[in-house]
Amino acid sequence: MTSTVNAAALALGDDALVLSHRLGEWAGHAPVLEEEVALANIALDLLGQARVLLSMVGDEDELAYLREERAFRNVQLVEQPNGDFAHTIARQLYFSTYQRLLYGRLAATGDGDFAGLAAKAVKEVAYHQDHAEQWTLRLGDGTAESHERMRRACAALWRFTGELFQPVEGLDVDWRELEADWLASVTAVLERATITVPDGPRTGAWSAGAGRQGLHTESFGRMLAEMQHLHRSHPGATW
Amino acid sequence: MVTGATAMTPLEEELSRLAGSVPDPELPVLTLEELGVLRGVHVLSSGRVEVELTPTYTGCPAIEAMSSDIERVLREHGVAEVSVVTVLSPAWSTDDISAEGRRKLAEFGIAPPRPQGGTGPVPVTLAIRCPRCGSTDTELLSRFSSTACKALRRCTSCREPFDHFKEL
Repeated sequence: MTSTVNAAALALGDDALVLSHRLGEWAGHAPVLEEEVALANIALDLLGQARVLLSMVGDEDELAYLREERAFRNVQLVEQPNGDFAHTIARQLYFSTYQRLLYGRLAATGDGDFAGLAAKAVKEVAYHQDHAEQWTLRLGDGTAESHERMRRACAALWRFTGELFQPVEGLDVDWRELEADWLASVTAVLERATITVPDGPRTGAWSAGAGRQGLHTESFGRMLAEMQHLHRSHPGATW
Repeated sequence: MVTGATAMTPLEEELSRLAGSVPDPELPVLTLEELGVLRGVHVLSSGRVEVELTPTYTGCPAIEAMSSDIERVLREHGVAEVSVVTVLSPAWSTDDISAEGRRKLAEFGIAPPRPQGGTGPVPVTLAIRCPRCGSTDTELLSRFSSTACKALRRCTSCREPFDHFKEL
């Protein structure tokens, strides 16, 4: 396995692992039982993808539980706190659209290092994207309160979406075309949801490519502390 | 579906039947053969057998129970060393569930998946039959249900909620 393939597997694996953990934080807190189950199911799919990807690099448990914050290569979007339900849905809309388009391309390469996983995962992610789209429409085109919360969430996370298209070494993808497709897809959903497409920058000078280089936002350290606490306190524990 | 059948020896065919007869840990009415997750059984050398298994969903935790059940059954049959490997490609599809498997699912109270060709969610407008009363007048409650592979629906005729093995 070449080092660029390792680096790409780490980037995609960390995206899936970190978002899976964030979604898992909804357990016991989701607005209704069906959503609790839905978010847990999406988290489980992502965890499965993370396990395959991290196992390409090394020991999955060591990578998940024993790395420091700076060693994680996930985009900053996935580490953003859950916020209210609208924030979680906006994060899901932005990320699952990206993941579906990216995995679709990786699957199409046929024999690339990631083709097998991508062909499988893209079918799961199609359900994640559908779930996020349906909620974006329902909240955006719902009550005045739900519209305002959905609008606010989409605007707040907009600046983390540019980083998704920073080229990942080891992945043979036309990133500009991917970005154009993503923008067209997300724009179409937001317009149907009666939400104005945010007009702010999609990256800040301080955040461009930052997560992929190991620079993360403030809340990520706290998330990792919680995620890694048990494993670090009881090394080698089993049940 | 057991692939590579052309090169199978009589012993491999017998071990395939044994491995394929293991019940699914989550849906015990189905065998692994009917679910379509068994991809191949290879005798590597005397007493050493490798079984290829594919997960329904990448994160499906049932795969570990399936693996240990297969190992147990083949060991009981006298195979000294059994290794179960997970293969992802080609990706499993609900189209891999056999006709008999679909019939058993419906009998068990789970609406079977509809046949499909492409990828992605199937439009919910296609009728899904209530496994209890047979009505096609059913509605989606949630795209996700008790396990990753199911969606939750309700029959508007008999009012019962039921699981639907969603298309993948």
